[in-house]
Amino acid sequence: MTMEATIARSAAEIARDVNARTTSAAEVTAATLAHAEAVEGEVGSYLTLLRDVAESHARHVDERVRNGAHLPLAGVPIAVKDNMCLENTRTTCGSKILEHWIAPYTATAVARMLEAGAVPIGKANCDEFAMGSSCENSALGVTRNPYDLTCVPGGSSGGSAAAVAAYEAAIGLGSDTGGSIREPGAFCNLIGFKPTYGRISRYGLIAFASSLDQIGPLTRTVEDAAFAYDAMAGYDVMDATSIDRPVEPAASGLREDLSGLRIGLVREFDTKVLGEESDALYRNAYRDLERLGAELVEVSLPTADYGLATYYLIAPAECSSNLARFDGVRYGLRVEGEDVRSMYDKTRAAGFGPEVKRRILIGTHALSSGYYDAYYVRAQKARTLIARDFAAAFAGCDLIACPAASCPAFEFNAKSDPYSMYLMDYYTIPMSLAGLPALSVPCGWVMPEGASRPMPIGLQLAAPLFAERLLLGAAHAYERATNHALAHKPELAGVRA
Amino acid sequence: MTPDTIDIRYVAKLARIALTDEEIERFSKELAELLGHVNALSELDTASVPATAQVVESRNVGREDTVRPCLDREVVLSAAPQRQGGFFRVPRILAE
Repeated sequence: MTMEATIARSAAEIARDVNARTTSAAEVTAATLAHAEAVEGEVGSYLTLLRDVAESHARHVDERVRNGAHLPLAGVPIAVKDNMCLENTRTTCGSKILEHWIAPYTATAVARMLEAGAVPIGKANCDEFAMGSSCENSALGVTRNPYDLTCVPGGSSGGSAAAVAAYEAAIGLGSDTGGSIREPGAFCNLIGFKPTYGRISRYGLIAFASSLDQIGPLTRTVEDAAFAYDAMAGYDVMDATSIDRPVEPAASGLREDLSGLRIGLVREFDTKVLGEESDALYRNAYRDLERLGAELVEVSLPTADYGLATYYLIAPAECSSNLARFDGVRYGLRVEGEDVRSMYDKTRAAGFGPEVKRRILIGTHALSSGYYDAYYVRAQKARTLIARDFAAAFAGCDLIACPAASCPAFEFNAKSDPYSMYLMDYYTIPMSLAGLPALSVPCGWVMPEGASRPMPIGLQLAAPLFAERLLLGAAHAYERATNHALAHKPELAGVRA
Repeated sequence: MTPDTIDIRYVAKLARIALTDEEIERFSKELAELLGHVNALSELDTASVPATAQVVESRNVGREDTVRPCLDREVVLSAAPQRQGGFFRVPRILAE
């Protein structure tokens, strides 16, 4: 098999072949590492390539398969966002403050992927502490969009997305706080899937906003997202917010049509504001859902418009608290000072980048005496209203369909003021606030102004709490009927398979 | 809600981040703008709405009080910027 054919296989195909022993995890790993080393100069998906670790895991997987084990992700190369711990490897969060930190344990989600036979190729770049919508906030490296190297891959899981889009991994693990899996998924022509809050353990995921953070996969097919979900989902005693109720497997629930489903289109999300070309593509996507047998109904999310304001109080408030642990005492960077207070001040000043400082400051302000009720508590109440809107909407439909991002991938430095960047997540934040499972699936290509190449856009599907099986099942039907992801390939050396 | 002002020096002190004069100027302006945007929440009538702290299932999590393996002390201390024996070493906190 040629290298192109080896690396372009889906996770499902790789696992099938490795389990059948028509190929080995060692071969897949060697081909993936060689390809990653060839394209990393252009793409920059990884902050750390784990050559030795990957080879050792691959040997172990082959041995397990030889001994008769059937592993759902046998030999599947994965990219792990660098805010998830993997024992004895560098885990940086894309930050100077953790630049040289070696994780002493492995995150549960990562451990479950490895137990299922996955092979970690590297730690993927990300916006610092997962704060951003473009991956431009990493303090440690630049990641480019494999479909147009002048554009961003999306954030904050941009490295994981770019790695999968550029065939440097079959599955990328990302974390989504306000859209950080779905949006890079849309920008990089992938499935970006955020499960229900609490479905996948956050143990070993370095916290940004604990009531919102959720791990999920970035993949080239819906089937692969289902395999990754089935491997990772389920209760974990190490995470007090993990949900203790049975998981309905998703991979066995993939469907070929949408008959019997009612899909809600949100009255307040008028796609005309996205421009003529995107508007036409979304209308087309909705027609495709109907063509596949779904009944389209109008639903209303009257408070969704307050999602951004709610999110930009709650997430920074939680981050200001979570990031207090980075103080130069126990791990990470330390800048010496004349006393302990000045050591904290200097360490955090030198260790955090501008976006992290900005959010810590907003959060600290929102939680400070005299402002707590006006900002933080009010936002928590707005969050209740948004969740109630979704509950009312789902009384009339099974799934909701809407755009995944406000625009396609843009050029580096195109969004200079913070608020215009925050607006990127307008369509993803409400689902995060309500804890709902949601995903982005490719739904077409647009030619952005001034661009030389068409860029992908994503359709977002959202489901009620715990309805992952239905969500992935429906996304699979749409993907199979439309195949938008296959229309263009990244223009990278060795990626024309 | 509240006026779009923020005493950035005070907040930075609470947050334990030393800011340069340039950062103070920049963040004061940016944060005032952001607070202007989040003030939109004052349009919502939330008087009788409970606050959401947990979206999925709110319950207390307990476990048996049994000894379980934890991280090895040497491994944890090996990540410390400075250590002394079995402790993290920091600058003097109390005066003589």
